[in-house]
Amino acid sequence: MSVATPLKNLDRELAGFRRRLKVGGAFVVLLATALLARGFYLQIVQHDYYIQRAESNRISLVPTAPNRGLIVDRKNRILAENYSAYTLELTRAQTQDMEATLAEVGKLIEITPGQLRRFRRVLSESHEFETVPLKSKLTDEEVAILAANRYRLPGVEVKARLFRNYQAGPGMAHVVGFIGRINDSDLKHLREEGRDRNYKGSVHIGKTGLEQSYETLLHGRTGFDQMETEASGRAVRMLSRIPPVPGKDLRLYLDVELQAVAEHAFGDYRGGLVAIDPQTGGVLALVSKPGFDPNLFVDGIDPETWKELNESPSRPMVNRVLRGIYPPGSTIKPLMALAGLELGLRKPSDTIFDPGYFSLPNSRHQYRDWKSGGHGVVDLRRSISQSCDVYYYRLAVDMGIDRMHDYLAKFGLGEETGIDLDGESPGLLPSRDWKQRRWKKPWYPGETVIAGIGQGYNLTTPLQLAVATAMIANGGKRVEPRLVQAVRDPLTHVWQALPVAVRGQLALKPSNLEVVRQGMMDVMRPGGTAAAAAAGAAYTMAGKTGTAQVVGIQQGARYDASRVARQNRDHALFMGFAPVENPKIVVAVLVENGGHGGSTAAPIARAVFDYYLTGKRPGNMKLEASGGAD
Amino acid sequence: VARTSHWIMRRLSHLDGILLTLVLLLLGIGLAVVASASGQSAARISGHLVNIGLALSLMVVMANVPPHLLSKVGPPLYAAGLVLLIGVALFGEVRNGSRRWLSLGIMAFQPSELLKLALPLMLAWYFHRNEGALRAKHFLAGGVLLLVPVLLILRQPDLGTAMMIGASGFYLLFFAGLPWKAILGGAALGTASLPVVWGLMHDYQQRRVLTLLDPTSDPLGDGYHIIQSTIAIGSGGLFGKGWMEGTQNQLDFIPERTTDFIFAVFGEEFGYLGAILLVVLYLAIVARGLIIAARAPTLFGRLMAATLSLNLFTYVFVNMGMVSGILPVVGVPLPLMSYGGTALITLLLGVGILMSVATHRQLNKT
Repeated sequence: MSVATPLKNLDRELAGFRRRLKVGGAFVVLLATALLARGFYLQIVQHDYYIQRAESNRISLVPTAPNRGLIVDRKNRILAENYSAYTLELTRAQTQDMEATLAEVGKLIEITPGQLRRFRRVLSESHEFETVPLKSKLTDEEVAILAANRYRLPGVEVKARLFRNYQAGPGMAHVVGFIGRINDSDLKHLREEGRDRNYKGSVHIGKTGLEQSYETLLHGRTGFDQMETEASGRAVRMLSRIPPVPGKDLRLYLDVELQAVAEHAFGDYRGGLVAIDPQTGGVLALVSKPGFDPNLFVDGIDPETWKELNESPSRPMVNRVLRGIYPPGSTIKPLMALAGLELGLRKPSDTIFDPGYFSLPNSRHQYRDWKSGGHGVVDLRRSISQSCDVYYYRLAVDMGIDRMHDYLAKFGLGEETGIDLDGESPGLLPSRDWKQRRWKKPWYPGETVIAGIGQGYNLTTPLQLAVATAMIANGGKRVEPRLVQAVRDPLTHVWQALPVAVRGQLALKPSNLEVVRQGMMDVMRPGGTAAAAAAGAAYTMAGKTGTAQVVGIQQGARYDASRVARQNRDHALFMGFAPVENPKIVVAVLVENGGHGGSTAAPIARAVFDYYLTGKRPGNMKLEASGGAD
Repeated sequence: VARTSHWIMRRLSHLDGILLTLVLLLLGIGLAVVASASGQSAARISGHLVNIGLALSLMVVMANVPPHLLSKVGPPLYAAGLVLLIGVALFGEVRNGSRRWLSLGIMAFQPSELLKLALPLMLAWYFHRNEGALRAKHFLAGGVLLLVPVLLILRQPDLGTAMMIGASGFYLLFFAGLPWKAILGGAALGTASLPVVWGLMHDYQQRRVLTLLDPTSDPLGDGYHIIQSTIAIGSGGLFGKGWMEGTQNQLDFIPERTTDFIFAVFGEEFGYLGAILLVVLYLAIVARGLIIAARAPTLFGRLMAATLSLNLFTYVFVNMGMVSGILPVVGVPLPLMSYGGTALITLLLGVGILMSVATHRQLNKT
């Protein structure tokens, strides 16, 4: 027994062991099946998904930003160009302590408080991984100093970048505009328009002016290098390359020297001037004073300077030609005259007697003429040259507001001109409907009276006046003003002219047009309201002066410019063209608080006519030498 | 000369031909994958060759040690292992946040590695001594022998190694005849205590488990390894991208790719067919080991052969499971494939023991 039991036990244990070997084997097969099932799932079922993941791991698209197109004036003088410079850039995610790093950098090279403020503002608007420029246009010495200290300044980089330079100065700021860093709202717009992919690798986008309105042409197409990339991000080799397509160059109708002459002619005055070619609508000069330095914005403006520009009472950031809306005043009279003739309400020879005021029937209210005592007997031609208010009070009442609105609308008043800049104001051409909609009030007869001399609700931009004047000059062709005359593909170097845009043709009887033109020529002749501004000109010119009230004048009171503070003085207006026989240039000028159109606005227009038609510059004006391109 | 070659032939006669073939096949595949994964680094390849040479030599030595001698090594080796583990707990070197290493002046050493063989040897010796009269108390004693080193290793903390060593001890108890009631009861108890274990786990261990459940929760941190290795394996498809052609591998997306994550490289370059072949090779080793176990004349030999076979596959399962994203990331190399000397030596010593058990059959019987 004592021997048999262990032996029996041994047999039983061995049999048990063999059973357990089978269990163990089955266990292993189970585990192996689990592994193979997982492998099947990953490598067969999900293969497509993972191969795509592996490819996106492997391949990275490195964008190459295209060179931005240049902007040149009609004589190929450069207004906006690119240059390469070294900038000092910081990446927040890579610096251990931004403040310490800034302090350290400040010890190495000079960082101005303005640069620091600007940097902090941009930094606060940027993502952690974005590189933010601290100082651009580094000198060779600064580059060397920073390179030598790079090892102890993580997150600090010196990079060669393309910059935009606006060398034409503050005077061109309202035309060319500026580019600035792409911000969140720009990015949102780009995404909505599906253009964000084209901005991978771009830092800047056009913010105002032509830089904004021609953004798609100027920017070009971003290139992509398909790189095989290691996990660390290091590119191993290039798989394929789509080269960037540089942006198109723009050539303007505008002449920087003409622009400078116009600016100079303004002197200290604020205001706007636009000169257009009446045949093409090409903008020859576009001045909005004061201007500003667009270069301040390219890499983010520092908050102080921005505040100063934005809050200045002289509003340098507002383009007065496009967005400044002013009562057209007497400049509306030639348009009213044409309306009267074309609608058959007046003949050129019809006269009125102007006693110095006008009253509506059954009303004692007197609408005064600007000339006390009146102009006496006035025909249509004289009504323009003398700017007789009473003539137009009567005409307005005869015409009625509805016809007045409809006819003036044909000159483009109350509507955007369609210039190739963004942010244009449509102004305001009042009508019965408009008043009902806007104010829920009926139209009063008295409002028609003052609308006849461009007062009341009427608001126009200098650009609208220029387009309307061009219609008188060119015989009724309504051109759309254009800054850009031609576009050049930088690869082919061929300038391609952009088409002239015409909105329509207003049928005008030549004899009607002629008499209005004669009236406008009389304005510039002895006895006319702008005669002084035209003295001694070697060519003929036609024009019309105007004043737009800033402060209302009480019944019975008189306006005396010398007794009114400058900011309350009337705005001076002038519109005109020259030479009359073959009009080449139309000018509309607004001089804020300039008083009377004949004495401040017309001489500015004259200076522009002179330079454009004869090459004569104002005697006291020096022009900076500007370089040409091609 | 004739005597020397005769001696060598006698030593080599203790090698099991089938096991040797399978082992050499896997080592060959492993070498090819290490070459690809290291970017044909001469240093890595020659280092791997040196490790292979050393480990194979030790395997030959081990195959020549008769099992009855080997069984005597169990208790002292186990005792030494325990002493060293206690030494680690007291004076160990901290690396990567856990105390696993013992500095021996010129080299550092993980005593837990020693237990991978010492624990099965000890238990096999113990059960062999009590052969034919095994009762509950023996299994209780075996359980204590198992738990002491496992708990010491858990404390380091090294969850992966503790689990692997615990598994090897469990397999031995299982083959020794641990009653099913005890196994099922233990399993039930283990499941019930999971919340407690979770509470005792270190943050990084908990994180690894959570990362396993959802790797995308931390794609740049803990999840990165799993995400990149599953991408590698999945993108390999049926046939693989070809040797040295795996982009995840060549472009450095797979971490630890010559060591613990070598299967990701293999799966990417050799595809599902390659993976099947690999699993079949491992299964063949296990099958051969289980046959050896079945034929072994002594309880010690049976227990060692069966345990070592299952243990090898456990390493395979844990490693491949971790790399393909079904198990948490624990530092377990892929047997016979991963670069790394210590693991390879331990493993081939185990294969040597299997061969010893296989070839000392007749000798013992007579």
